[in-house]
Amino acid sequence: MTQAGSDYAWPHRDLLGLEDLSAQDIRFLLTTAHGFEDVSTRSIKKVPALRGRVVVNLFFEDSTRTRSSFTLAASRLSADTLELTGKGSSVSKGETLTDTARNIEAMGVDLIVCRHSHSGAAKHLAHAVNCSVINAGDGQHEHPTQGLLDIYTLCKRWDLMDTMDLTGKSVAIVGDIAHSRVARSNIHGLLKLGAKVILVGPPTLCPRTFESLGCEVSHNLDDVLPRIDAINMLRIQFERMTSQFFPSVREYAKIFGLTGKRITKAKPELLVMHPGPINRGVELDAAVADGPQSTILEQVTHGLAVRMAGMFLCLNRQSNPTS
Amino acid sequence: MPSKTIIKNGRVIDPQNNFDQVTDLVLVDGKVASIGNVDDTANATVIDAQGCLVTPGLIDIHVHFREPGQEDKETIATGAASAVAGGFTSVCVMPNTVPALDDAGRIDFVYNQASKANLCNVFPIGAITKGREGKELAEIALMAEAGAVGFSDDGCAVASAGVMAKALKYIQMTGKVVMQHCEDPELGGGVMNAGPLATKLGLKGWPRVAEELIIQRDILLNRDTSARYHVQHLSSAGSVEMIRRARETEWGKQFITAEASPHHLLLTDEGCATYDTNFKMNPPLRQQADVDAIKQGIKDGVITVLATDHAPHTTEEKSLEFPIAPFGIIGLDCALALYIKALITDNVIDWPQMIAMMTCNGAQLCDLHSKGHLSVGADADVTIIDPNMDWTIDKDQFASKSRNCPFHGWDVTGRAITTIVGGDIKFNLAEERVTA
Repeated sequence: MTQAGSDYAWPHRDLLGLEDLSAQDIRFLLTTAHGFEDVSTRSIKKVPALRGRVVVNLFFEDSTRTRSSFTLAASRLSADTLELTGKGSSVSKGETLTDTARNIEAMGVDLIVCRHSHSGAAKHLAHAVNCSVINAGDGQHEHPTQGLLDIYTLCKRWDLMDTMDLTGKSVAIVGDIAHSRVARSNIHGLLKLGAKVILVGPPTLCPRTFESLGCEVSHNLDDVLPRIDAINMLRIQFERMTSQFFPSVREYAKIFGLTGKRITKAKPELLVMHPGPINRGVELDAAVADGPQSTILEQVTHGLAVRMAGMFLCLNRQSNPTS
Repeated sequence: MPSKTIIKNGRVIDPQNNFDQVTDLVLVDGKVASIGNVDDTANATVIDAQGCLVTPGLIDIHVHFREPGQEDKETIATGAASAVAGGFTSVCVMPNTVPALDDAGRIDFVYNQASKANLCNVFPIGAITKGREGKELAEIALMAEAGAVGFSDDGCAVASAGVMAKALKYIQMTGKVVMQHCEDPELGGGVMNAGPLATKLGLKGWPRVAEELIIQRDILLNRDTSARYHVQHLSSAGSVEMIRRARETEWGKQFITAEASPHHLLLTDEGCATYDTNFKMNPPLRQQADVDAIKQGIKDGVITVLATDHAPHTTEEKSLEFPIAPFGIIGLDCALALYIKALITDNVIDWPQMIAMMTCNGAQLCDLHSKGHLSVGADADVTIIDPNMDWTIDKDQFASKSRNCPFHGWDVTGRAITTIVGGDIKFNLAEERVTA
């Protein structure tokens, strides 16, 4: 695991998106995560790497699993954690995101983990404070730790942890691409490591503009299935749908759902991913979600290691920041 | 004793009268008295305009002064101060105040506040519909009687085709101009240009078609009505094309006009890449091909008016997250230098055409017949411009109450040095040129 080079040093104060990272940054972070992975398997699940540091989880949107994952990751590194639930900034008078962040920072915080419903909110917050910021999802923009844990899962399954070079691999992302921060982070990261990315969904959720990011866009899952090595089935986020993007759930599930029958068209070694929580019977049927090709629970496990690595690196970056 | 001002040796540009030569301009008792060399300077204030342009007072037919209701952003007094600092002697204020300018009493209110401020002329645009809700027509004829110089629901379009058809017919009776903010609310409503960058940033796009559809619809609706229909702040190449086609006919030349704003001549959606809310406008900044098409439209006379869409917002509001921060930027303080940069320095048009787009063209649209030109007897609104002055745009020096300006720090050339309204100097950067 020397791909990062001996003179390499993690340069970023913040982890806001995979668009901002180089391939080298991504590989270094995932290598670091690999080193942390076995902490979770020890009887004493703790290392002192961030002892005395304070991590604040500042979540403006409901979240159970991402928040828990960050909290656990921080405690495994011996950091003190504080859980805050923000009310999003209002257009009318009220505390702005900037003010909220500065108030939290004034308590002597080292790292803010932020989730917010507005695209760009994490960058906005990072601009306002001097401590580190990790983006736990900003609107429809990025969710970098999810993208990283997805890539980590692929590298492990494909036994590519030594090179993390995904050249020759094709990954499909299926579903509501337009509104998905998970898709955007995956796209940036996968492309940087050399993979081909194919986006699949109805044109209302998977528009051609994504070709500008370097992806292939398709509206036909059956055409795509035989030529991919992994498929990431995004959750249909009914709560984010502001208007009708497809006629019915029944129709969507029939055309874009991954069923036990449909998956027979794919390579037998196809990996099936899902960021959770699953709408069973919509994106995935039970046979696929619980089958041997599914990586869904590994993704959750790897999320801890990746988040530990992100926190550790941002709080221990070398001076002369570029972030 | 009559008040008399002689502006000597400037290049007097009066596009309406097709006049452009170095000479003297004499103002007496608030009116233009003569153009031509004068030697007798007794009992007159003399302004040395050597090396400068002397033009009809600049007119901006699209500004937001936020009064009544949002005086924390701007007032009619601070907006007027911003106007004269930028060389503008007359402005038309949009009716999207709180409450909206949708009845005659509120039209009176604007005139009263402007009169108290006593800086520049402020002409109200009345709302087309009550509360700008797009449903029922406001009391248009009564507002016209009270002095509304045009009608618009600016900030949004009159979305219903049925209401718009009625509005065009009814306003045609008053002879006033109908101004439309062209945005289909179902297709528009995004926060930046729809395109690859919006896709990457995860921001809701506002596609060109939302503008173009309304323009095309309104031109069709106006065919049988022939109201004077004016497209506000157009942003897309396709919109320019539609106006161009309409104006290829005599009918279109007479009844269809359009304006362009400084930011749509100088900026693209790339400015949004860092979620900087000073690049969030409505209609949004688009791409270089659109900028080029708008400039070509200006060159070809398709777009005949330059208007800033001066839109003040507080720093607190503009500090909100990009999706919820308000749209718009301020423009009056620095607009002239920006137009010079986009249009003169770039050799798109010459000075007389640009001055026409900032004076007589807007004046004619809003029936300001004694303004926008320097005929003998016209109102003594005059702007003296040093076309070679180099300066740096500094938002903290603006007279406007707000600071939302993406041009802060730009090095520019050309500036209004003296602004004269009704014969009185309201703004002067060059005391040494004035002899009382």
